Amino acid sequence: MSTTTGTDPYAPQQDTTAGPVFTVTGQDWDSVVAGAADGAEERVVVNMGPQHPSTHGVLRLILELDGETVTETKCGIGYLHTGIEKNMEYRTWTQGTTFCTRMDYLAPFYNEAAYVRGIERLLDIEADIPERAQVMRVLLMELNRISSHLVAIAMGGMEIGALTVMTIGFRERELVLDLFELITGLRMNHAYIRPGGVAQDMPPGALEQIREFVKLMKKRLPEYAALCNANPIFKGRLVDVAHLDLAGCLALGITGPVLRATGYPWDLRRTEPYWGYDEYEFDVVTWDSCDAYGRFRIRVEEMWQSLRIVEQCADRLADLEKSPVVVADKKIAWPAQLAVGSDGMGNSLDHIRHIMGESMEALIHHFKLVTEGFRVPAGQAYGVVESPRGELSCHVVSDGGTRPYRAHFRDPSFVNLQASSVMSEGGMVADVIVAVASIDPVMGGVDR
Amino acid sequence: MTPADKRTEPEIGTSPQGSERDLGIQREMEENTVVPAGATVLDVVGVQEGMFGVDGTGDTSGYGGLRRPVAMPGATPRPYGGWFDEAADRLVALLDSDASAAIEQVVVHRGELTIHLRREHLLATVRHLRDDPELRFELCSGVSGVHYPDEEGRELHAVYHLLSMTHRRRLRLEVAVPDADPHLSSVVAVYPTADWHERETYDFFGIVFDGHPALTRIMMPDDWPGHPQRKDYPLGGIPVEYKGATIPPPDTRRAYR
Repeated sequence: MSTTTGTDPYAPQQDTTAGPVFTVTGQDWDSVVAGAADGAEERVVVNMGPQHPSTHGVLRLILELDGETVTETKCGIGYLHTGIEKNMEYRTWTQGTTFCTRMDYLAPFYNEAAYVRGIERLLDIEADIPERAQVMRVLLMELNRISSHLVAIAMGGMEIGALTVMTIGFRERELVLDLFELITGLRMNHAYIRPGGVAQDMPPGALEQIREFVKLMKKRLPEYAALCNANPIFKGRLVDVAHLDLAGCLALGITGPVLRATGYPWDLRRTEPYWGYDEYEFDVVTWDSCDAYGRFRIRVEEMWQSLRIVEQCADRLADLEKSPVVVADKKIAWPAQLAVGSDGMGNSLDHIRHIMGESMEALIHHFKLVTEGFRVPAGQAYGVVESPRGELSCHVVSDGGTRPYRAHFRDPSFVNLQASSVMSEGGMVADVIVAVASIDPVMGGVDR
Repeated sequence: MTPADKRTEPEIGTSPQGSERDLGIQREMEENTVVPAGATVLDVVGVQEGMFGVDGTGDTSGYGGLRRPVAMPGATPRPYGGWFDEAADRLVALLDSDASAAIEQVVVHRGELTIHLRREHLLATVRHLRDDPELRFELCSGVSGVHYPDEEGRELHAVYHLLSMTHRRRLRLEVAVPDADPHLSSVVAVYPTADWHERETYDFFGIVFDGHPALTRIMMPDDWPGHPQRKDYPLGGIPVEYKGATIPPPDTRRAYR
């Protein structure tokens, strides 16, 4: 039941049973102000989205306003739901990495890592993963943490008008993506961490480039501190905004920088070490302000800690030259020896010569493993990793077949987004943006 | 065959440990209160027929008559090892007279502890798990659903992943409900974080969490028919022509089991 009074055919002003509806697309606040002034009700409901507030993805926030104060915040999610978990049930265990890497697209290695941890536990091969594969996984995950935090800071800055933070953030992120491209062949959606190890060894010269990158980052990271840490405008927008204390975090299941900003040093890399994290030297960064500013400071400091781990990984990899990067069990290890060619990653020509020209058995083995996949013993396991946004875990269930019976991802963005209402209610509309940015949700991970 | 038979007598094959483990369990069950009498070693959740994922695709491999029971790891005998015994004992003590009714079975597999609960006792159990200082599972990491269409009377499983930050322990609770009556009490009152998780599980599996503040769909549109993560819900897709051949969509494509 509505009557259209506006002239714009796509965004008409309507009178509905719930009250007048205005569509604001910018520069037309006058009509809203005039219209709201006529209404008897003080209550205004604003739809923020569904759109692209930045690179967070398609998030719809339904805000109830009293003047400029937010009285109620609701999230509408699901706009990026692509059924990745359902799709994975129809692909082999190895192919699953190609799907789950697309969930949280700013932290692809973590999606793969959580999934692969679950599978390896079910296969009972956790102890057999070669050291070089583990170090490479840690290396890539820490580089990924840097690139993800850079986006969090860059987009968080852009949303409050600090455009320089955005431009320098993306400048540095590009360097990390170049490293990803060098090592995995792709800038994102890598499918590089595979059950049993990683897809291929590092190309020659990668270690030197990583060391160069670390050197450059050490010069550039202080720029963020210089730009933001004591900047009065930046602090004015962030300090004491989006408050959430420890009890609130635990009740709402919040992990990651938001939890550590309450002063609680919970980091799965320390509390439940996996893949040799207990052998690296790094600090768990905490802040005690429970606000958006603390979360920002934690992210900057965590990039420093990640650089420390990357350096240690590079040193260890230098000592592990020529050692295997995938489990010795040929019934699990991907048979192809991949190589990066001029057109991207593919089967190495040596391997093709071997299976096509030299060994019938090798061809059969390759064919069986690639088409049929391997079987994972029936049961369920929970693979957990500390992603840049908090605890990312994967509940994998196997019925003993070649495909996941069920793979469910507990994405930290999904859980942490639940805190947006408690963080923003009672505050100003402008602080909603800061609250969401400080959670750093990635909708690809939320909606899966 | 009744559902009860199906759970205790798989037609072909047994658990990897075979009869040796069976004997161990029986002995164990007599003296153990946590694993109630009647719990089985093999938890047969279904039977697979044939070699390939899709029926009626002209399987000429000769494996068409293959029947393989799908068996999940069954109840584990004591001692469970590590902190598992201590936590299970404490939970049994707290549940008191309800313990044998609440706990269906305890499974330890790959170093992870799963406690299967009966749905009536879920809420009381999670309250103990959160509030007792010796257990103190203060964080609910997530809720996920699993659909076992062949497990008659226990088709839908809700799985809760709990984390104790105090003791650095993880625990999994599993509750099975029948498809005909998919009701379960909501744990949102104990773990507010379960709000969205339960909505997701409702959306994808159709498990109704009674007492949830606003149980609506979360991922799918509000008017969406069906629950997409159920095994009988089709994946969708159309055949694709590639180099003259037509390739069916993944869920109707012949694939190894």
